[in-house]
Amino acid sequence: MAGEVTISARNVVKAFGQGAGAVRALDDVSVDIRQGEFFTLLGPSGCGKTTLLRLIAGFEMPTEGTILLDGTDISTLPPNRRPVNTVFQSYALFPHLTVAQNIAFGLEMLGKPGAEVKARTAAMLALVKLEAMATRKTSQLSGGQQQRVALARALAPQPKVLLLDEPLSALDLKLRKEMQIELKRLQLETGITFIFVTHDQEEALTMSDRIAVMSAGKIQQVGTAKEIYIHPKNRFVASFIGETNFLTGTAEAGALRLATGDRIDVPGMTPGGTVTVCVRPEQLRLGPAEDGAIKARVRTLVYFGTDTHCHLALSDGTEIVARLQSPASGDAGLAEGQEVGVTFAPGAVQRVED
Amino acid sequence: MAERFAINRLPGFTTIAVLAFLALYIPIITLVFFSFNAGKTVMGWDGFSLQWYAVAWGNVAVQEAAWRSVVIAFWATLIATTVATMAALGTTRRRPFRGQTAVYVAINQPLMVPEIVTAVALLIVFAWVKVQSGYQGLGYLILAHAAFCIPFAYLPIRARLEGMDLSLETAAADLYATPWQTFRRVTLPLLAPGIVAGAMLAFITSLDDVVITEFVKSAGQDTLPTYMLGQLRRGVTPEVNAISTALLGLTVVILTAFFLLTRERR
Repeated sequence: MAGEVTISARNVVKAFGQGAGAVRALDDVSVDIRQGEFFTLLGPSGCGKTTLLRLIAGFEMPTEGTILLDGTDISTLPPNRRPVNTVFQSYALFPHLTVAQNIAFGLEMLGKPGAEVKARTAAMLALVKLEAMATRKTSQLSGGQQQRVALARALAPQPKVLLLDEPLSALDLKLRKEMQIELKRLQLETGITFIFVTHDQEEALTMSDRIAVMSAGKIQQVGTAKEIYIHPKNRFVASFIGETNFLTGTAEAGALRLATGDRIDVPGMTPGGTVTVCVRPEQLRLGPAEDGAIKARVRTLVYFGTDTHCHLALSDGTEIVARLQSPASGDAGLAEGQEVGVTFAPGAVQRVED
Repeated sequence: MAERFAINRLPGFTTIAVLAFLALYIPIITLVFFSFNAGKTVMGWDGFSLQWYAVAWGNVAVQEAAWRSVVIAFWATLIATTVATMAALGTTRRRPFRGQTAVYVAINQPLMVPEIVTAVALLIVFAWVKVQSGYQGLGYLILAHAAFCIPFAYLPIRARLEGMDLSLETAAADLYATPWQTFRRVTLPLLAPGIVAGAMLAFITSLDDVVITEFVKSAGQDTLPTYMLGQLRRGVTPEVNAISTALLGLTVVILTAFFLLTRERR
């Protein structure tokens, strides 16, 4: 699936405003998105993910840098001359047109012959299972149906890239889950490159082939869901994706020395300076407080059904969280105030940049 | 929480409201009432009759003035609505620019400047143009009406544009529509009710103008309102009442249509 590069952003800068008051929404962003990929731009609001999407769509022009589509510079092309279509957060369906007319709009603007427009519109209606709604006005549809019309309308002209700007954010949880599966199906059936913008990490992890985590106008890390979850590059990525524990100490050969005096094995660590590592809560093991384990005291226990969150304090007061799978009895066998020994699953300790 | 303030519970609210409505409508009701008078005066009731409508309808001077009013209103509306639509697009569909407030004021100037001032100004300018060009036709009245009709057409059109979801135009551009196609296929159809509403307001405004018309018109260019004004100098007859009532009826019809067009349908 991972083929040639379709969209390539090279050193893209987008500044809004001028002079000293200018805001850099994108600050030297470079990324390659491959043909046929489900690529997600993930980050908190204001991180620049939507700005990058709008630059690819052509709604904004980059201040610096270039955007290539199949190797051709499209940075300054207006949106109507880019083979790229967008599913808008608000759907932006034309209220004066029917469902079928909405879907046919792009094809008509491309000057396709009438018979082809008709055939493709019918095919798109079938693809999103809205054949029965063809002659309805879009205001007569439910939120989920409007979402599917927006998808069909954007897919009808067979763009090289489909851009999706938080398309599921207006749907309720159940519908959102359904549409996640629907989106993935559409992407596999059409083979079109999807660039998906979201602030929802779960959505990103479950749907994407690759994810770019963004913050403060920069791409922090690009990788598969697993790569990003297991090997987060820096503190921001580690804390934005899932929950994590940070531990800071002094680097030694193959280990990290905590302020408590405890030693954690970190393969490949070289001596020198202060270093931060992260460990996911589900990688913590609790046992008796004995040699080789880090001594900690149980602060609070929170029962979540499938698992129990155990908040612990190390001897220097550092707080960490362990997520323990709940046994059949539901009782984790721990008591608040109890002294335990913490160990980590092999390979679970990851060094992160600040 | 204190009791909510409700203006309709204040003492005298109903009395004041009723008095206000009476003050507004008694003159109009009287006018309409005496247009059906069989007698020759607008003071004493001599029985029901439609004769004054027949008299007005058969009066060649009334026919000519009415037709002239409609012709002027039609062209003035066309010009004013076109200009107002472009002005509304210019002031809502581009980045805010320096002096935008000044432009709003300039467009709405006819609403604020006393009409008599505009009338005198137009009289002077047109007198000069008439001497230079020798043209004596209805063009002056049409241009003058178009000028003061622009703000009436502009306001509903701009309101409609401002209420429009901008992402619709972005979506059209995304779907390969050129700027012209976007305007033609998306903006204009969605704007249409605003344009029709603006045109209706402009039409009514032109139809009942007296002051500017009186100053700008040449001899033999009476519109219906200036004809009526001329008649009143020779005493009030129920014929004027009949013409007024007909104009009132037309205005009510157009304003009702305007209301139906602009109200939210949700």
